[in-house]
Amino acid sequence: MNKEWPIWEVFIRSKNGLEHRHCGSLHAADAEMAIQNARDVYTRRQEGVSVWVVESKNITASNPTKNGEMFEPAADKVYRHPTFYVLPDEIKHM
Amino acid sequence: MLKERLYDYLLHLGDNSMILGQRLGELCGHGPELETDIALTNISLDLFGQVRNYFQAAAAIKGDGATEDSIAMLRYENEYKNTLLVEQPNDDFAHVIVRQFLFDVYHQLLLKELMSSKDETIAAVATKSIKEVNYHVGFSSTWLKRLGDGTEVSHDKMQEAVNKLWRYSLELFKPTDTEIWAAESGVGADLDQLKPIYLEKIKMFMDEATLGLPEATVFQYGAKSGRHSENMGYILADFQYIQRAYPNMKW
Repeated sequence: MNKEWPIWEVFIRSKNGLEHRHCGSLHAADAEMAIQNARDVYTRRQEGVSVWVVESKNITASNPTKNGEMFEPAADKVYRHPTFYVLPDEIKHM
Repeated sequence: MLKERLYDYLLHLGDNSMILGQRLGELCGHGPELETDIALTNISLDLFGQVRNYFQAAAAIKGDGATEDSIAMLRYENEYKNTLLVEQPNDDFAHVIVRQFLFDVYHQLLLKELMSSKDETIAAVATKSIKEVNYHVGFSSTWLKRLGDGTEVSHDKMQEAVNKLWRYSLELFKPTDTEIWAAESGVGADLDQLKPIYLEKIKMFMDEATLGLPEATVFQYGAKSGRHSENMGYILADFQYIQRAYPNMKW
């Protein structure tokens, strides 16, 4: 039997209106404990107003050995950036 | 007379938090898991923060060069007014949690009353501290349930801790002369009123955690009037050593 507690990923919202951002991971035996641990480990200095936790095993990650086929084809597709439009002068901040 | 009573009452309030904070501080670096270690020392720091508020007020009343530090560090053992419960040792994690839980439920009820204290400082400290203590109750009661209603081993360890520590619980509610004065003058809480609510709450949490309170308990009293257990001398030896060996040392 594995005696280690499972690992959880912690996401913190630093202010209302901003998104939750991944800030680290921790050990906890259950979801309630994961929230309490996240509060004690990651929000001691007023870092957050909301906490999400998810058990790490529930996250599916891309395979780093396939980074070539996953990400490199996007490198030469400059036309996917909206940089080819001519903007009228009246529109100053876009 | 009134000033002396108020000073004495502030020590009653501060000493429980201080000695429990010291006990939790002993666990720094020794918690069962890194996360739990941080949680327990966070609680310790919450308690010390509250103590500072009480002792700053006490020092202002006492005058004569008294400071929060001299009140904390330079009294003799029989001048400390904390209860027997908070000086009990960190025998194992079950004892740490049960001690914390038995104190937290009392502490929460006490602070709720103190929020409407006639003394402005006490009311302000209570209003600030109640949020911290609400979290402490959440922390210790979920651990009580998790371990009490956990495996056979965790259940037995928790029951053993309850059996050992329950006898120290009711001292919290046995008022000293100062606490009677505080209740009558509206400065403090009426412990007689809080006791039945405490017993009901404890019973509810214990049921949920599948733990039982021992029957025919011989309750222990005396620390609030200065008659401490053997543990207290060891706590103060650690706590006061630097100030006694190097008077007025600061860092």
